[in-house]
Amino acid sequence: MNLHAVRAIYAFEMARTARTLMQSIISPMVSTSLYFIVFGSAIGSRMPTVGGVSYGAFIVPGLIMLSILTQSISNASFAIYFPKYTGTIYELLSAPVSAFEVVLSYVGAAATKSVVLGLIILATSAIFVPLHVEHPIWMAGFLFLTATTFSLVGFIIGILATGFENLQVVPLLIVTPLTFLGGSFYSIGMLPPFWQKVALFNPVVYLISGFRWSFYGFADVGVGASVAVAFGFLITSLAIVGWIFKTGYRLKA
Amino acid sequence: MQAILQISNVSKVYASGFQALKSVNLDIQKGEVFALLGPNGAGKTTLISIICGIAKASTGTVTVDGHDNVRDYRASRSLIGLVPQELTTDAFESVWATVTFSRGLFNKAPDPTHIENVLRGLSLWDKRHNRILTLSGGMKRRVLIAKALAHEPRLLFLDEPTAGVDVDLRRDMWQLVRELRASGVTVILTTHYIDEAEEMADRIGVMRRGEIILVKDKVDLMRDFGKKQLSLQLQRPLRRIPPELLGYSLDLSADGSELMYTYDAQDERISIVGFLKHLGDLGIDFRDLRTTESSLEDIFVSLVKEKS
Ligand SMILES: Nc1ncnc2c1ncn2[C@@H]1O[C@H](COP(=O)(O)OP(=O)(O)O)[C@@H](O)[C@H]1O
Ligand SMILES: [Mg+2]
Repeated sequence: MNLHAVRAIYAFEMARTARTLMQSIISPMVSTSLYFIVFGSAIGSRMPTVGGVSYGAFIVPGLIMLSILTQSISNASFAIYFPKYTGTIYELLSAPVSAFEVVLSYVGAAATKSVVLGLIILATSAIFVPLHVEHPIWMAGFLFLTATTFSLVGFIIGILATGFENLQVVPLLIVTPLTFLGGSFYSIGMLPPFWQKVALFNPVVYLISGFRWSFYGFADVGVGASVAVAFGFLITSLAIVGWIFKTGYRLKA
Repeated sequence: MQAILQISNVSKVYASGFQALKSVNLDIQKGEVFALLGPNGAGKTTLISIICGIAKASTGTVTVDGHDNVRDYRASRSLIGLVPQELTTDAFESVWATVTFSRGLFNKAPDPTHIENVLRGLSLWDKRHNRILTLSGGMKRRVLIAKALAHEPRLLFLDEPTAGVDVDLRRDMWQLVRELRASGVTVILTTHYIDEAEEMADRIGVMRRGEIILVKDKVDLMRDFGKKQLSLQLQRPLRRIPPELLGYSLDLSADGSELMYTYDAQDERISIVGFLKHLGDLGIDFRDLRTTESSLEDIFVSLVKEKS
């Protein structure tokens, strides 16, 4: 195991974030605050409580998930696409590092950022709504698992991408809609019966539901199903990454 | 001498279907400076990329100090430093950070003293806190070299290190290669500048269209292919080359005052003595004479031309 390399890449990636600290911290704080002002206060004040929780508090887990999914993907995809684009990837390809070490360091860094981001949003939320987390260990577990999985997804996108515009397609056209439709801002139970069935095909529903359960103890789907989907995602992503490295696909000429 | 690099039957067909290398075989000895010459598109960068693990060979094997570069890539890559042809550097990182990063990537424990030495040796010490994007092209090239030296490689590739760089850097680079060689590092460089190969290399390989068409000690190459020319300033101009001398390879200047004799450097003594004697027999006197030797450049041009 080339631990020096893992450390070097991880530190390099974290330093990149540190340089754009304003962007990385202030921007999620601002957008979260906006969500609370619009959905929490303006609209939420006219909404009944959901499962005994005020609407503002109800949307917190969904908001965090929304950010984690999109930010993990864009962080990790950019991290590996950028060296490909500038050509500096030559150094990574010629270094004595294994595929596993490369994934561990890039995905580890991207996931770290996402977890930190999730915690920032959580802290910002606490300013606006009374929060309580019923199952903190589970919450941390879901946070970690989702951040890791979607950083892996981002890593895959970054490797397959042939242009900067490709990086945006999946987060914008797939992940964001699935998250909005996945019960970030409402309970699936509020939908008409037909759409409730359709929603169950949306994997993000399971992630948000499980995460919300860790906060408030109630969920749209069973926690077991949420855990299964989260791990299913993780294993699928790992398998794709493994295949990419095995074939050298789009990395080596 | 022991080979540090062995390339056996390496060929490369790119995804586009283009065959960039046709069964290349080459051994590089420990501690030598090897210059790979060849016109653009000959396949020099492709060969280096395969050795370093950036491209995959279509056939054949590469071993670095006995380690197969695919099966045993950790051991083989640890020994190699690469300065790529293109100026591909980070932008927002500092010089110090990017060079330190390279050392870590190659699984070496941090060693600020070594990094300092490398940076000082490349006149980068004063710039260590600068962001790379603020540096000139020549300075960026130095950064790439520093990155390649950060992990103390035993085999260094310099892919067209002096293409488009200023005179200072060129001179520094030559000095650096001499120092590396003295410390036992094997250096393989590609270049368009023949004087560079002539200046630095122990051996020279010439590539053309994906093949290595020649590998020779520089001295032998110069001797085997070097043509010498003898110029004679004549006492009395000649109107034409006398028929008795048509067996020699001769040229006469337009005004008839200078006679140029081109001969093979290998049997120098015999041919000059014979020729001068022949002139004397014909009563052709000369005031002055000088010899010129063809440079590696001429040799190279004639080689690449001959075979095409
Ligand atoms: N990724 C690639 N795909 C297809 N052809 C390539 C690729 N890289 C290089 N080539 C072609 O291979 C040949 C050799 O290129 P290269 O190794 O860069 O030559 P050199 O370094 O000697 O100038 C060139 O004709 C070049 O166009
Ligand atoms: Mg080249």
